[in-house]
Amino acid sequence: MISGTRIPRNLLFGVAAMVAIAASMTIYVWKTRARAAGTGESMTFQGPVAPPVSGPTEPVTLYVADDDAGILRAQPFKIPLPSGRQQRAEELLRNLIELYIAKSSSHSLGPGSEVRDIYLVDPGLAVIDINSAFADGHRSGVLVEELTVTSMVETLSANIPGVTRVKFLVDGKPRETLAGHADLTSFYDVGTVHQLATELQNRP
Amino acid sequence: MVDVGGQEYSGLLEVLEPLGRVSVKTDNKYWKLRYNDLELEFTPNETRVRIKGSNFDLSSPFLLQNGRGLVPVSSLGPLLSRVLRGPVTFNPASRRIFIDNVAVHFTAQILSSQVGTAPTLVMNFSAPVNPTIATDASKLHMSFVHDPIVSPSTQTLTFNNQAISSAIYEEGNGAAEITIVGASPLFAKFSNDRKTITIAAAPAVAAQAPAQPPASAPMPGATTAPAPAVAQGNPLPLAYFAVIDASHGGDDRGAALTSQLDEKDVTLSFGRRLRQELESHGLTTLLLRDGDTSLSLDQRAGMTNAAHPVIYLCLHMASQGNGIHLYTALLPSGGATSHSFLDWDTAQASSLARSQSALALLAKALDDSKIPVRTMSAPLRPLNNITTAAIAIEISPPSNGPAGLSSTEYQQSMASSIANAMSFVRRNLGSAP
Repeated sequence: MISGTRIPRNLLFGVAAMVAIAASMTIYVWKTRARAAGTGESMTFQGPVAPPVSGPTEPVTLYVADDDAGILRAQPFKIPLPSGRQQRAEELLRNLIELYIAKSSSHSLGPGSEVRDIYLVDPGLAVIDINSAFADGHRSGVLVEELTVTSMVETLSANIPGVTRVKFLVDGKPRETLAGHADLTSFYDVGTVHQLATELQNRP
Repeated sequence: MVDVGGQEYSGLLEVLEPLGRVSVKTDNKYWKLRYNDLELEFTPNETRVRIKGSNFDLSSPFLLQNGRGLVPVSSLGPLLSRVLRGPVTFNPASRRIFIDNVAVHFTAQILSSQVGTAPTLVMNFSAPVNPTIATDASKLHMSFVHDPIVSPSTQTLTFNNQAISSAIYEEGNGAAEITIVGASPLFAKFSNDRKTITIAAAPAVAAQAPAQPPASAPMPGATTAPAPAVAQGNPLPLAYFAVIDASHGGDDRGAALTSQLDEKDVTLSFGRRLRQELESHGLTTLLLRDGDTSLSLDQRAGMTNAAHPVIYLCLHMASQGNGIHLYTALLPSGGATSHSFLDWDTAQASSLARSQSALALLAKALDDSKIPVRTMSAPLRPLNNITTAAIAIEISPPSNGPAGLSSTEYQQSMASSIANAMSFVRRNLGSAP
């Protein structure tokens, strides 16, 4: 007479546990793949193509315009800055413009507004080249345009030593005004703009 | 022009020949005209025209007379607009065609005399002009055959002056004519690259002209500097207390205050209202732009500097904020003034202290009127090109939003307050530093 062989209970538990783990792993992998496939297009990066700046952050002061109050605010930030003087200038204004194109901005700029390049030309001249989306999409008005210009000049000169004059270009070319009012034909004297920035920091 | 059965026709070939390459081909049924790369196909005695595959209808049938293609004059404007692919304005009464936006506008102002000198009429044009000038007793006729001069808001400009009483604008037979009516023989001088014509009594008569009292009391700080843009070596008296510059105009719309309200229209209507208010306070005022005219910033500065006012007021409108913002020039970097030459970009430098004094007085007077005022400097041309006290006035909308900027009540209230404040400025500016 053949007597039946009993499978040890601990072996049964072990096999059951392994099957459960394999099943849950299968479900996890399947769901992860489905999520990745469903969100593939929205992951496309729409912003400006620029290498991210990494490294230790530095304290800087950005002069941020507030349209409702009609003033300029000196705001401390800590941002990573590259070592080159020109790259630092570009990174500073890039951070300032990012504040302005954010949805909750106190001084909104048009979509696609960018600083294309900044050229630091000795002795003391900085040339800021903005794109046409910046100028064409800018709201028109004496104060609102003045806030933009002053914010950029003051932010640049406060953080980049040696800048004494600033000139604006639009898409690499001279332009008469930013949006019908603020003069872009002349060179801005940093000392004069600093006085204006001080005036603009006082609440009316 | 040809009259056919009471309908005026024009030869199309003659109109287009000065404008580009034109050739004509006639076959049994069609009269084909090629203008540059565009082909037009006309059928004699029919109104339908084929223009590069699409149809165009004339108001009367096309006529072919001895090989000459004739189109009705009333259809000439729309037809040319299609052929030239741009705006064309045709005035059948005066037989003048304007291609593209080329209209030349003008302003005419009497510069009132000092004791012992004759009055002068200064006409400023938005582009150089080349009229034919003829005199006839006490009238001076200027005929503009090739200059696209357009009518001012009224065809007869009346000056409250005995020596030069009016200027009459007329159009006809392809030309515009301006007739200046005086009390004695007149002569004209060109200056400012032919953009300014100065008309005065002929010298022999001018020498005998009776002395006339000045139009207004001497202004504080008044000077009698010569006006080089108007006439060489001929000192012109200070005639205006204020020059008002209604900013923007023509192609420059300024800010879009609402979807249907442009800044240029509000500055113009407000400028006219402010001029009236200032004049009612006895402050002689010149409005630089009294129509929807394109004036460059340099032209505005040039016209203002030539008029030698005590103060220049540049008007702007804002779509947000409240009250009034007052600005003086934020002078740009650089600018070397040597000998008798002023640097154009910093021409305001020598008058900046006076501008700031006027600004402080104006702000105080407006503040006393309970109008919120904010003062600052701004990089706003042409403030930096003006050689007298210069202030920009930016008016914010009322509580009901930017659309309220065009309301009569709001404009009148603001104009009245500013005019009152300017009276205060005039009384006190002389003693200001």
